[in-house]
Amino acid sequence: MIEREQVLHVARLARLRLTDDEVERMTGELSGILDHIEKIGELNLEEVAPTAHVVELENVLRPDEPRPSLSRERALDQAPDSDGVGFRVPRPGATRED
Amino acid sequence: MSQAVLELSAAQAAAQIRGGELAAEELFRVYRDRAAAEELGAFLWVAEEVPDAPADGPLQGVPVAVKDLFCVGDVPSAAGSRILEGYRPPYTATAVERLLLAGATVLGKTNMDEFAMGSSNENSGFGPVRNPWDETKVPGGSSGGSAAAVAAGLAPWAIGTDTGGSIRQPASLCGIVGMKPTYGAVSRYGMIAFASSLDQAGPLTRDVTDCALLLSHMVGADPCDCTSTGLPEDIRLPVAERLDGLRFGVPPELTGAGVDPGVKVVFDATVERIEQLGGSVEPVALPHAGHAIAAYYVIAPAEASANLARYDGVRFGPRAGHTDLLSLYEETREEGFGTEVKRRIMLGTYALSSGYYEAYYGRAQRVRTKIADDFRAAFERVDLIVTPTSPTVAFGLGERTEDPLAMYLSDALTVPMPLAGLPAISIPTGMSDGLPVGFQIAGPAFSENRILEAAHAIERAVGFDGAPPRG
Repeated sequence: MIEREQVLHVARLARLRLTDDEVERMTGELSGILDHIEKIGELNLEEVAPTAHVVELENVLRPDEPRPSLSRERALDQAPDSDGVGFRVPRPGATRED
Repeated sequence: MSQAVLELSAAQAAAQIRGGELAAEELFRVYRDRAAAEELGAFLWVAEEVPDAPADGPLQGVPVAVKDLFCVGDVPSAAGSRILEGYRPPYTATAVERLLLAGATVLGKTNMDEFAMGSSNENSGFGPVRNPWDETKVPGGSSGGSAAAVAAGLAPWAIGTDTGGSIRQPASLCGIVGMKPTYGAVSRYGMIAFASSLDQAGPLTRDVTDCALLLSHMVGADPCDCTSTGLPEDIRLPVAERLDGLRFGVPPELTGAGVDPGVKVVFDATVERIEQLGGSVEPVALPHAGHAIAAYYVIAPAEASANLARYDGVRFGPRAGHTDLLSLYEETREEGFGTEVKRRIMLGTYALSSGYYEAYYGRAQRVRTKIADDFRAAFERVDLIVTPTSPTVAFGLGERTEDPLAMYLSDALTVPMPLAGLPAISIPTGMSDGLPVGFQIAGPAFSENRILEAAHAIERAVGFDGAPPRG
């Protein structure tokens, strides 16, 4: 089960501004999905190591050497707003309580 | 002329081009015109011009349809999402680059569930795709556009990606061949990420030979994806017509409850066929497979919630109206993401949030270990495991959109393999209710050649000659 307040909290963490309808729907749907997921609570998983990744790889390293990369112009040309030097965004600093 | 060209498999077309019997431009034009005129919704972008001289290579001049989530330099690549509408990446995914180097050309970008999240293609930000066998049905997902394009003869072949079944399930629902290779076989560089520990690219083709040929030119370790390993041996074009000496396992957990009777009939007939071809068949247990969906729908959304944090209206894609930085992020994400993507971000963020991490994500990762252990034990007794690919044939458009859990359960038979990183193929082996039924063959890590050989022998014996009526 998940409560409406938790849905709002998680939405804030995820930077999603949900409409009231979405919050309503999401609360019901997530509860249903979580009920199914909680089936794994039945299993005895003590002593079982978690798997984060299936391929057994050691750290993959490369020499720390400069290589050609995207030009600044190319990196910026898909941005919704740019001054030609960087990505332009509103001045940081919340104007609203988080 | 054009009708005859459409009958050729991609491997045959490649051979004819090399032999000088078919002009690459002609082949491209035939498919380009079909792709540009199609009404299934399979393509989001189609190349306007015949590409300049393709590279000299074994795939010379054979066009390939590319799922929208592969970055292709200066070509729209939006992963089916409004939040990337109009994005033209500055570089090309390694998997696509390799195909270009082998002489292939990009025909177009195919429709898909937004960020590969879905099993019906109904979650695309740009509209659904219709199944060419019955336009009231879904093509499956998330590589629904690629599967429909190949089935309908709008492309000789296509590439897609599979996270929990997104190549195999649409291949099954559209009556074509689709393969998810071993995790790491194909570079993920330039694939717009969904769940990075699961995502893997692979081919969607008309037959098993095309599948092997296309895959052989996709695989390889890549310094730009340090989780890529390539394959220890080259992919060979399969020749097997018998299955003597091969041991096949049938897991009751993935072949019993939940599988539609009509699908089961086709599955059982294919298993019988395996025995006629000299293969042995025995039951084999995958005791934790029933928990795969639960584990998957924690792990995949958790990884997605992190991967999709980058879409914030700053570096690419459209930016929504805003009053400050926070509202810029929130409004852009509210407008740009569809319902299913938001649902998964919420689920993943919740599973990773303080106080719930161990109960959900930690436990799911331990279930993942158990599932991988089950397969390891099974493959000590058998060479390959077979199941239906999808519990049902193609379902109706709109039929499952109101019930996310029912949609998630569509993946029940395909999710266990990626959790264990294993390769698996889907091939069509029959029909039920006038719609194709896919047969799944999974093997141990790096057993692609074994799977392709077995699939080839079964394909030959079954003789599935299904193709939907072509307009």
